[in-house]
Amino acid sequence: MRYEEPETVEEGVSLLGSSDNARCLAGGATLVALMNAERIRPELVVSLQRIPELVETSTSADDLWIGAMTRVRDLITDSRLVGARRVVRSAARRLAHPSIRNMATIGGSVGLANPETELPGALVAAAARVEIAGPSGRRVIPVEDVFVDRYQSSLAPDELITRIAIPAGVDGALGHHLRFSRVAGDYPTVSISLVLALDGDSCTYARVVVGSCAPVPLHVDAADQRLVGSDLDRADIIAAGAILANAASPLDDVRGSAAYRRTLIPRLLGRAVAQVRQVLSQAEDEGELDV
Amino acid sequence: MSDRIPVSLTVDGETHTLEVAPARTLLDVLRLELRLTGVRRGCDQGSCGACMVLVDDRPMFSCLSLAVSMGGRAITTVESLTADGALHPVQEALVEQGAVQCGFCMSGIVIAAKALLDRNPHPTVNQVRRALGSNVCRCTGYVKVVKAIASVGQQSAQEPQQEPQSGEQS
Repeated sequence: MRYEEPETVEEGVSLLGSSDNARCLAGGATLVALMNAERIRPELVVSLQRIPELVETSTSADDLWIGAMTRVRDLITDSRLVGARRVVRSAARRLAHPSIRNMATIGGSVGLANPETELPGALVAAAARVEIAGPSGRRVIPVEDVFVDRYQSSLAPDELITRIAIPAGVDGALGHHLRFSRVAGDYPTVSISLVLALDGDSCTYARVVVGSCAPVPLHVDAADQRLVGSDLDRADIIAAGAILANAASPLDDVRGSAAYRRTLIPRLLGRAVAQVRQVLSQAEDEGELDV
Repeated sequence: MSDRIPVSLTVDGETHTLEVAPARTLLDVLRLELRLTGVRRGCDQGSCGACMVLVDDRPMFSCLSLAVSMGGRAITTVESLTADGALHPVQEALVEQGAVQCGFCMSGIVIAAKALLDRNPHPTVNQVRRALGSNVCRCTGYVKVVKAIASVGQQSAQEPQQEPQSGEQS
C-alpha cells in the first residue's frame, strides 16, 4: 500500500487518478476499520489531513460553507449552526460516541453514504449542497444527489469532497434531529431529521428526512406538503408519517424488524415535532432563539 | 511487503523516529514497536475503546489511526499517567471503589476519564456516563466505574455540583 499526504486539493485529485484502487483517508473511523477487517485493500491511501482549505469554514450570501475535514465534534460547538442549520448540530451531537465524534468528519460521512448514520439525513433536511473537486474542476450538487445507494456515492473514483454549504433556510425555521436506538451510541434504529417553520400553530415550512429506513436518506415531498398549512395535529402527523412509512424500504436486522421501523416513523416524527415546538415556544418566552 | 515510511511520533512526551508500513495502525506501533502494552487491542474496529489514547488531548481509537498519519500530534497513553510510582487520581479512585474486574477495558476507561476531568474537573454522573460512551466493559462493571470517576471530581470540588443545562438539547 502507498500512502500520500497532498497539500492541495488539485494534488489530491491527481493522486486519486493515479491508481484504480485509491481511497481518501479523512477521519479514518470507517476506512481503517474496513482495512483492519480486510474488507478492502487499497493500493493507495490519500490522506486529506494536510490540505488547509478542507478545514476552513466561510460564509457567502445565504450559505455557511464547512470544510470537508471538519470533525463532528467541532460541528457540535459551532454557534453558527442555529435556526434551520441547527438540524446539523443536533445530529452531530447524537452521532455515535465521543471518540468517533473526535475522529469522524462531515465530508467523510457524506462520502461514505451510510444511510444509517446521522449526518446524511440531517444534511438533506438542511437542503445542503456539496462541492466536489475532480480532474476537470469543481462542481456543486445537492447533497441528496451524492447518495446513490447504501455506501455508494455518486462521486467518481478521482473526485473528492471539498466543502459543504448549509443554507440559512427560511426565516424562523428550526432544525432538529431525533433518533431511536437500542442504547446511546449505537446506530439508530430510525432517525428523523427535520426543519420546520411555524406561524402560530400553523406550519409554513417542513422538510422531513428519515434515516435507517432506505438505501439513502428518505425524503418524500408529499410528506412535507401534507404538513405545510396544517396545525401539525395528531392526524396530520399520522398522515405524513404514513406517507414516509409507505415510501420506506427498511431492512430487518438486529436493530429492529422492517415492520417495527415502519411503526416507529410516525411516532418519532410526532415526538420530533413536539420537541421543535417546545424549543420554539421557549425561545418566544425568552425573546430570542438561543439554540 | 509495503515500503516503509519515516514518521516521527511523539508518545507520552517522548519523540520516536520510526519507519512504518503505511497500513500499520497506531495501536500496532504502540504495542509491537514501542512496547507500550498498556494500550490494549480489543476489537480493531473502534467498537470497544480498549485501545483509546489521547491525540492532542482528545480521546481517539489508536486501532483506527494509521501511524503514518500521526506525525506531529501529541499522543498520550495510559502508561504515562503514573507519576513517580503514584497512580493517577482516576486510577486511585477505581482501586478504592473496587471498580476493576478483569481490567482489560481499564486502559481506555482511564484515558477517557482523564480527558473528561482535564476538561471538566467536576463532572456530574451523567457527564461521566456520556464521556465513557466509547468504552465497553464486558464484565459490565459500569456502576462502580462511573461512581469512582465521579468521586474524583467530588473530592476536589470546592463548590456544590451543578447539573448541566439540558446537555442533550442545546
